[in-house]
Amino acid sequence: AWAGSYGLGRPALPEEIAAWDVDVSPDGTGLPEGSGSVEDGEAIFADYCAICHGDFAEGVDNWPKLAGGADTLDHEDPLKTVGSYWPYLTTTWDYVHRSMPFGNAQTLTPNEVYAIVAYILYSNDLVDDDFVLSNENLLDVEMPNAEGFILDDRETSEAHFWTAEPCMTECKDTVEITMRAAVLDVTPEETRAKKVQEL
Amino acid sequence: MSESSGKKGASRRQFLTSVAAVGAGAVAAGAARAAAPDPLITEVQDWARATGDGVDATPYGLPIEYEGDVIRRNVEWLTADTISSINFTPIHALDGTITPQGCAFERHHSGAIALKKEDYRLMINGLVDQPLIFTYADLERFPRENHVYFCECAANSGMEWAGAQLNGAQFTHGMIHNMEYSGVSLRTLLEEAGLSTAGDLSDKWVYVEGADASSNGRSIPMEKALDDCLIAFKANGEALRKEHGYPVRLVVPGWEGNMWVKWLRRIEVMDGPVESREETSKYTDTLADGTSRKWTWVMDAKSVVTAPSPQSPITHGPGPLVITGLAWSGRGAITGVDVSVDGGKTWQPARLAAPGQDKALTRFYLDITWDGSEMLLQSRARDASGYVQPTKAQLREVRGLNSIYHNNAIQTWWVKASGEAENVEVS
Repeated sequence: AWAGSYGLGRPALPEEIAAWDVDVSPDGTGLPEGSGSVEDGEAIFADYCAICHGDFAEGVDNWPKLAGGADTLDHEDPLKTVGSYWPYLTTTWDYVHRSMPFGNAQTLTPNEVYAIVAYILYSNDLVDDDFVLSNENLLDVEMPNAEGFILDDRETSEAHFWTAEPCMTECKDTVEITMRAAVLDVTPEETRAKKVQEL
Repeated sequence: MSESSGKKGASRRQFLTSVAAVGAGAVAAGAARAAAPDPLITEVQDWARATGDGVDATPYGLPIEYEGDVIRRNVEWLTADTISSINFTPIHALDGTITPQGCAFERHHSGAIALKKEDYRLMINGLVDQPLIFTYADLERFPRENHVYFCECAANSGMEWAGAQLNGAQFTHGMIHNMEYSGVSLRTLLEEAGLSTAGDLSDKWVYVEGADASSNGRSIPMEKALDDCLIAFKANGEALRKEHGYPVRLVVPGWEGNMWVKWLRRIEVMDGPVESREETSKYTDTLADGTSRKWTWVMDAKSVVTAPSPQSPITHGPGPLVITGLAWSGRGAITGVDVSVDGGKTWQPARLAAPGQDKALTRFYLDITWDGSEMLLQSRARDASGYVQPTKAQLREVRGLNSIYHNNAIQTWWVKASGEAENVEVS
């Protein structure tokens, strides 16, 4: 029984919920029926995605790379892509469907999204070129970094930051400057550190 | 001018010369004397003769032109474009704690959209007794609350993980603003839709998303949703700015700014988290061994000296100096801030302008007599939970260099004898 105490708002209609509630959960809840092949995905990706993400999902300029980076997560500069980093394929489907292409979102049909996601998988060497992705088999695709995440553990791994009395005097013997931003010099010109004589 | 005052002026000039020559020195007691009468005083100025603007000149005002430095800035090389990007609050030039909305930072994933109140709809669906649609006018009829909270981007200071990069507090710490919000508690709206269908609430989640193309969907555990989250429609007394989510945004006190969903359009009660793009690909924190933390929601205790700083050098020479800055914690109120002028060898407690408020910015001051020598200026925040702001070395020891988000390390400014300051790291 609905106990709404202020009587404000009105019931949402099924059509309205269907229009806006399109999120897809890791267990597949929310995935619509449909399918798409790597082959179709390659053509759709070339039309709608490659201008930013590259013909092979490798990324153009500073735009996100969607493929590559396998086994780099513990490197100095990890390359985090759908293949190397994303834990759930449902997220890829959900995000492409809801928010891509950038500047023209929510224009892709479910079948087009299945095809694009299939092509992204292929670009990451996770499926063969004859693969067809569908709502039936999406959860079967193994994501390489599915087990790569831990829950926020700061309260245990960083418990030593909770110290009642921090050091106030004679905390260290020497202090040396080890790195300077002015040497790197990447701050926007107009706003870099002000020289007193220029003021 | 009398003979005696001329002599005093000469001796003052000699003193300044000698200070400049050695770069440091003892500070003379008493105020400096003028060498000659000041024409700004002895000559009638235009503003004292003619008239200023009428009250009809500025129906809604902007800051005076002389404050042109106090603006948002972006850093071109940080992102691929300016639509899914970030800009920075000019914290180096502000005082107090309330951020003026007009220069409060922006972070969009598909730009700042224009959404009229008349076109606004908020849906609550999922595991509720009655899925509901609210108009903007409906929201204004619920009991209202007012709270001041900071909103800090998870990526604030993120460019500084690997070393000192950007030369200014605006760039290193300016993905933050602090506003007084007016709105309705999320709890009130969830209860209006009814939560008995959801059963045991301890394992339930809400998924929140915006009306923009990026949607910025995030999952929030029910415990937080029922605690202190706000559906806000006013900030600092007026409607939200377009770029801050007009007409309605979510306020998630103490938690990373990404979760403060703007242009909020839908709240879904769910059995589990959606694991959306913004909580898997982004806003997860990779550790040195290649595993990554997820759901690092809370923003830890942090502080920064805003002046002196690279964009706010000391221009007045030795003598009295106000060292000031901001401190904040997502874990509760700031209980104290310590300041070091020697790179962390010794610390002294700063003065809080007002007692720390829960999950809000706190202003601190340390009034010193600067002798003109170099300083390695640091601040260290402490919060009500007992958390002490760590050094970057301490953070790197636990997390490595690739976490991107949640850098709350102690910042060092190298203040030189000239009064100029530089972003540095120290041993």
